[in-house]
Amino acid sequence: MPARRGWSRSSPRPYGGAAPHAVWAVPGVLFFVFFAVAPMVLAVYLSFTTWNGLGDPKPVGLANWDKLLRDDRLTQSLTVTVLLTVTSWAFQTVVSLLLGVWAAGRQRNRAILSAIFFVPFLLSSTAIALLFYALLDPNFGVIHQDTLGSTSGAFLAIVFVGGWQFIPFHTLIYQGGARQIPEVLYQAAAIDGAGRYRQFFSITLPQLRNTATTSSVLMIVGSLTYFETVLILTQGGPGTDTAILPYLMYEAGFKSYDFGYASAIATFLVVIATALSLVLVRLTGFGAMRSTREGM
Amino acid sequence: MSHDTLPRPVKTAEEPVEPARTRRRRHWTKRPNPVAGLGSLLWLAVVIIPIYAMISASLTRQDKALGNNALKPPTDPTFANYNTVLHNGFGHFLANTALVAAAVVGIVLVLCVPLAYVAVRTRTVWSTGAFRLFLMGVAIPAQAVVVPLYLMIAKLDLYDSLLAVILPTAAFAMPVSTLILTGTLRDISEDLYEAMALDGASATRMLFQLVIPMTKGGISTVVIYAALQAWNGFLFPLIFTQSDGPRVLTLGLFNYVSQFGVNIPALLASVVLSGIPIFAVYLVARRALVGGLMGVGGK
Repeated sequence: MPARRGWSRSSPRPYGGAAPHAVWAVPGVLFFVFFAVAPMVLAVYLSFTTWNGLGDPKPVGLANWDKLLRDDRLTQSLTVTVLLTVTSWAFQTVVSLLLGVWAAGRQRNRAILSAIFFVPFLLSSTAIALLFYALLDPNFGVIHQDTLGSTSGAFLAIVFVGGWQFIPFHTLIYQGGARQIPEVLYQAAAIDGAGRYRQFFSITLPQLRNTATTSSVLMIVGSLTYFETVLILTQGGPGTDTAILPYLMYEAGFKSYDFGYASAIATFLVVIATALSLVLVRLTGFGAMRSTREGM
Repeated sequence: MSHDTLPRPVKTAEEPVEPARTRRRRHWTKRPNPVAGLGSLLWLAVVIIPIYAMISASLTRQDKALGNNALKPPTDPTFANYNTVLHNGFGHFLANTALVAAAVVGIVLVLCVPLAYVAVRTRTVWSTGAFRLFLMGVAIPAQAVVVPLYLMIAKLDLYDSLLAVILPTAAFAMPVSTLILTGTLRDISEDLYEAMALDGASATRMLFQLVIPMTKGGISTVVIYAALQAWNGFLFPLIFTQSDGPRVLTLGLFNYVSQFGVNIPALLASVVLSGIPIFAVYLVARRALVGGLMGVGGK
């Protein structure tokens, strides 16, 4: 790729003649605001109304929020969501970090294996959920037992299926990150007598910090939305044991037609997603986010 | 690793023409790493076994499927299951999905290319603010906005139409597309802009004669990424459409579950069929897709 990659924030902005007017960005921004940002604001408003999908929403004050905070299903759903997010994050990060660093090497067999590793990402979540729904079927599948019928089985199935689908993508991100690490660092370490594992922990891991932040934010937001997988594999079951927040919201809205309540759950979901992303960015250092942004 | 690295500086000095790439390759491949190699083979099994079981089961006759181990190759392979799927609306769902994908790609390109151009070339409060908005947009879960979007779609009289799927899908593909495009746009050397400026080129001419040709890699990544989003979308079609008319592939698959009941081979045949078009695209455009996505978290 090219020799020059962006310019640093501190250097004077290079001037290369006419730059496009900021107005050029307006159509894109308006479209995005209308279909993604405005609905978020509208969700907050709807959480203070009652609406069954017909007619217009009617304000009801705090009723939905009051109901939400008293709802036992919310506590359970929140616990499942957090457990699922943390487990998925750990599983996907460990596997994709190792695979990504390994795949950053350049022999032929790695290129071929990496190409095969990527294939699950090409199937839709729906297709993947259906595939494992079939393979986990006690009468038909590979394991002749009712995996999805037990709480831990259903939970682990969702974690595994999510990983199976998204590890290819995160492997790629880590692979890209590992390839950006300057070779001189390894040469210097080798001269100092550092072995392979020492190099991994002292150079590769710290150098991949920004990559890990980006990947983790995407993973966490991603696993908050394992909706298809849950809907198809377990329908939130057994019982309500795998009813993650988005599924709870879907049930409240599109099965019980209680859209005000569903909006309260959705608002709650946004708050959690945003808070998690922010905490993660802070934990890994504000500078990390800035330089990631710079690089993008 | 330490011992054989030591003499290298001397060697490089003796052979000054050794390209950087070769040097880099030497580091990574110097000694096999058996643990990592084994781990990668293990993951290969995790990836391949379900895919193999799916293809093998989709070729199994339905009456032989139950109680059979899905890992055994079919004794009497048949394409009957594929036939069943193709006669149950598959072509219609496929055409709808292709239409949605094309429209989403079109909208995303028309909106995001100028956006990325402004984000990289124009440093005003407004353009930086717009770029930040898209960075934050990456973290908005589609689930969170589906209820208000449902209200908006109903009020716009778009419910149960393909547009109801296309518009929100395009909006949610925009943040990552913008990030990919700004990534490649930054790689254009400043000298090129300066050279064009000397010729008196306007910002518009630079867009068409410099930016677009030079960001072809990023643009093709965005095309594939946005198409993949449209291809895989489930939630928006599930909630914003109802009838068979605007039904897309993912919903078609979902419906096959109830339609085929215990006919799992047919269900798996539909999953295989749904993967074939996107797999074909992957074979052709692998480099663009992989290269661009690699940059998302890389730098």
